[in-house]
Amino acid sequence: MQEMMQKRAVELLENGTVDRVLGWSVGDFPYDMTPAVFRSAAEVKDRFVYNDFCAANLSKYLVKECRAGGKILVFLKPCDTYSFNQLMAEHRIKREMIHVIGIECFGKADVDKLKDMGIEGITGISMKDGSYTVSTVYGDTTVKAADAMAERCLSCKSKKHMVYDELIGAEGEVVEDCNRFDMVEKLEAMTPDERYEFWRGELSRCIRCNACRNVCPACTCEKCIFDNPNSGVSQKAAVNSFEENMFHIIRAFHVAGRCTDCGECSRVCPQSIPLHLLNRKFIKDVNTFYGEYQAGEDPAAKPPLGKYEKNDIEPGEAGGANA
Amino acid sequence: MQRIGVFICHCGTNIAATVDVKAVAEALSHEPGVVFSTDYQYMCSESGQMIMREAIREHKLSGVVVCSCSPRMHEATFRKAAEKEGLNPYMVEIANIREQVSWIHKDMKEATEKAIILGRAAIAKVHLNKPLKAGESPVTKRALVIGGGIAGIQTALDIAEAGFEVDIVEKEPTIGGKMAQIDKTFPTLDCAACILTPKMVDVAQNEKIKIFSYSEVESVKGFVGNFKVAIRKKARYVDEDKCTGCGLCTEKCPQKKVPNAFNMNLDTRRAVYIPFAQAVPKVATIDADYCTMMKTGKCGICSKVCTAGAIDYKQTDVIVEREYGAIVAATGFNPLKPDKYNELGYATCQDVVTSLEFERLMNAAGPTAGTLLRPSDRTHPHTLVFVQCVGSRCDVENEKGKSYCSKICCMYTAKHAMLVREKYPDTEVYVFYIDVRTPGKNFDEFYRRAVEQYGVHYIKGQVGKVVEENGKLKVQASDLLSGEQLHIDADMVVLATAVEPDKSARSIATMLTASMDTNDFFTEAHAKLRPVESPTAGIFLSGVCQGPKDIPETVSQASAAAAKVIGLLAKDKLTCNPCVANSDEMLCNGCSSCEKVCPYGAITYSDKEFRGPNRTTLIRRVASVNEAVCQGCGACTVACPSGAMDLKGFSNRQIMAEVDAICKM
Repeated sequence: MQEMMQKRAVELLENGTVDRVLGWSVGDFPYDMTPAVFRSAAEVKDRFVYNDFCAANLSKYLVKECRAGGKILVFLKPCDTYSFNQLMAEHRIKREMIHVIGIECFGKADVDKLKDMGIEGITGISMKDGSYTVSTVYGDTTVKAADAMAERCLSCKSKKHMVYDELIGAEGEVVEDCNRFDMVEKLEAMTPDERYEFWRGELSRCIRCNACRNVCPACTCEKCIFDNPNSGVSQKAAVNSFEENMFHIIRAFHVAGRCTDCGECSRVCPQSIPLHLLNRKFIKDVNTFYGEYQAGEDPAAKPPLGKYEKNDIEPGEAGGANA
Repeated sequence: MQRIGVFICHCGTNIAATVDVKAVAEALSHEPGVVFSTDYQYMCSESGQMIMREAIREHKLSGVVVCSCSPRMHEATFRKAAEKEGLNPYMVEIANIREQVSWIHKDMKEATEKAIILGRAAIAKVHLNKPLKAGESPVTKRALVIGGGIAGIQTALDIAEAGFEVDIVEKEPTIGGKMAQIDKTFPTLDCAACILTPKMVDVAQNEKIKIFSYSEVESVKGFVGNFKVAIRKKARYVDEDKCTGCGLCTEKCPQKKVPNAFNMNLDTRRAVYIPFAQAVPKVATIDADYCTMMKTGKCGICSKVCTAGAIDYKQTDVIVEREYGAIVAATGFNPLKPDKYNELGYATCQDVVTSLEFERLMNAAGPTAGTLLRPSDRTHPHTLVFVQCVGSRCDVENEKGKSYCSKICCMYTAKHAMLVREKYPDTEVYVFYIDVRTPGKNFDEFYRRAVEQYGVHYIKGQVGKVVEENGKLKVQASDLLSGEQLHIDADMVVLATAVEPDKSARSIATMLTASMDTNDFFTEAHAKLRPVESPTAGIFLSGVCQGPKDIPETVSQASAAAAKVIGLLAKDKLTCNPCVANSDEMLCNGCSSCEKVCPYGAITYSDKEFRGPNRTTLIRRVASVNEAVCQGCGACTVACPSGAMDLKGFSNRQIMAEVDAICKM
């Protein structure tokens, strides 16, 4: 796969179709694959990496790259294409500046799960027949993919590319019964006190590193309200434990109806807070109240929270927001 | 720090009976920034205003809080008073302690506490108030009337009478609308054409009025005082300027089998036609769907007989751009098609007709030249059954019809019954009704005349079934008062079908960003106090497009709408509401969220150059608000993810300050 991607990237760079390539390269650790911009064929040949640790959603980086001009080649996994479309709908990126190559994805590995299995000294990974072969400094180990796969990939909503100029691999299908709302349903079934305790337990671990916001493809504001002293919520010291929750609650409201459920927030959280559950609750509610809607499916679709219809559900109505 | 004065109004006993006004004044005097606090019996009175003005002078107040009635009542009064003392009027805030406190609470302790809290919130807001200045925009002194029925005609005539130019856009080849199809009018029974056609001639002869017939509104841009409208003049294949309306082509056209829409398709006309004798403009139109020349390229008879050389088979649609200061929607109605009422047999029996079809059957210019004949065998009917409320007053769940009362059917049915009995004394006439509704001048007298003088059989009950049998219509109905089932052998059945807004109204409302109700009637700015204005500034409503009406009501509303338009066009400049949205370009993401939710089309986007890092230039897509169009609803400020959009006079910070003040115990 990596070779095919490198070959095509080099071709497109050399024939002048694109000026830069957005892909992945090795970060601080051999299992830490970081988004990277490649400016020449030599750079691609030298540093471009693609394997089952390449989990990062590259679509957000296009906001900055589009500003820099030229034509950009980007590799997008199916779930990343939803973010791409959402950014298109919000005019954050320019389609004509981007060449999209859709790449197949079978689910990315969660390195923490591998570490929890006692695998140390990880240097690489490859997938075959439903198993990961993890190479380590002590030799190769094989584990069942389902045991080491990231949670978000286990409840993958779609392996279908929503947008692409060309594909490496299949176009893919939407996953019909992905069970991604199972945990939300469990939370809904809790009493308010139980639910509050659950979220306090999770959110009290937050160190406000802002990683979730910085990685989120829906968080591309010119100036985030949390960085804007006039907003009244920027860098405000939490007065009590409740205010500790507010950063995440405000953020969930800001991305409501725009979040494509890419799961990057939970992936990058150093404290392993399941932040995606907040967003999923909103997605589930939007589906319930306004009919099925998947942000990023169709960039021309009017978002349910951005339009008004006479028969819109009222707060407190049966099945309504306060019910 | 602001210097704030607080004024608590007793409103006689309206407030003072439930709220301890002295305690409120005392409590609020300790709020930060408050340098003066007092109470008075009637703050809105001259002497009350003087107390406020003196305090502004003496205590050099920079902000004022009045705790009184709803700002809808006296906000303007207090703002004007403050302005007289040199204070910016937008530095005055109202805490509503009447509608929101004294009128809804009984316990004085609780009410007083709430009044203090609301006063405190207003004080917190005033701290962040900034002086606002209203802008101005010019006014194009021309009006557009969409729809050329009696509503549009009356509105246009009244506006022209005041000296302003008016354009009428009518989608049919002639103005006149539904009234032109009606035979007689209730309750006076004068002939509709006799009173309508002089008005149509007035329109044609008025130099201030321009008629765009056979035309439709294509797009609307701009805002109150400054609308830009594209009008599509549909190709009628006849040069309007050359055609003399002699009608020779309409007599010689060999294509005779075109359903005649003006006569409700009860007879036929030619492919080239003038809808009726008094049409305005009196210009022929070629129906391209039926014209042999247009379809096969072989014929051209109309062109040969036309001495004026007006026929032009190659004519195409033309888009005309015009500018207007005001727009009046007068899109009117259509009778509901009762196709779905299988039990009433409209689709299957020729002799079951709608009321408007019946008008044509009674009309001297109609398909039977005014002699009432059954459509099926052209014989004289002896027994007629009228069914009221067909498609009106239906259950909400019933998808066949409308939930509302169409208002005019009781009266025109009484008229039909009376006319039939008058003209043909040998007939038996039955009217089935749910209720007979006759509010209106001389209306009930009219209905009673039908019953008492003309012997029309009014039966409270509904018709369950109409079937054709041996040339008769077997009508099965229930008489609710006697509890009996009735079987009537009728010759004709007339259905009083519901009024429904013209299908074009929805798309026109979208273009005008005017709101509509679930039935597609235009909604008014205020159901009682602003009934002829749309909530969108510069858009006015005339006639049935706003709700079912009879002719006198339509004409009244048409003139009222005209008065509103004249009031607007008489101004040289419009003062804008300064409490409008404002986009901070430095924060704007260009995401269009605000544009999508703006009900007034006040937000536009453009690419602008900004300074980027290291002396670079950055082009960013940013929103800007047209302050003349913005109505200050604030939808955009909520939709904006980055907080770039804010509302002057109601900024996010002001609202949060109010909330904080309310929550502070």
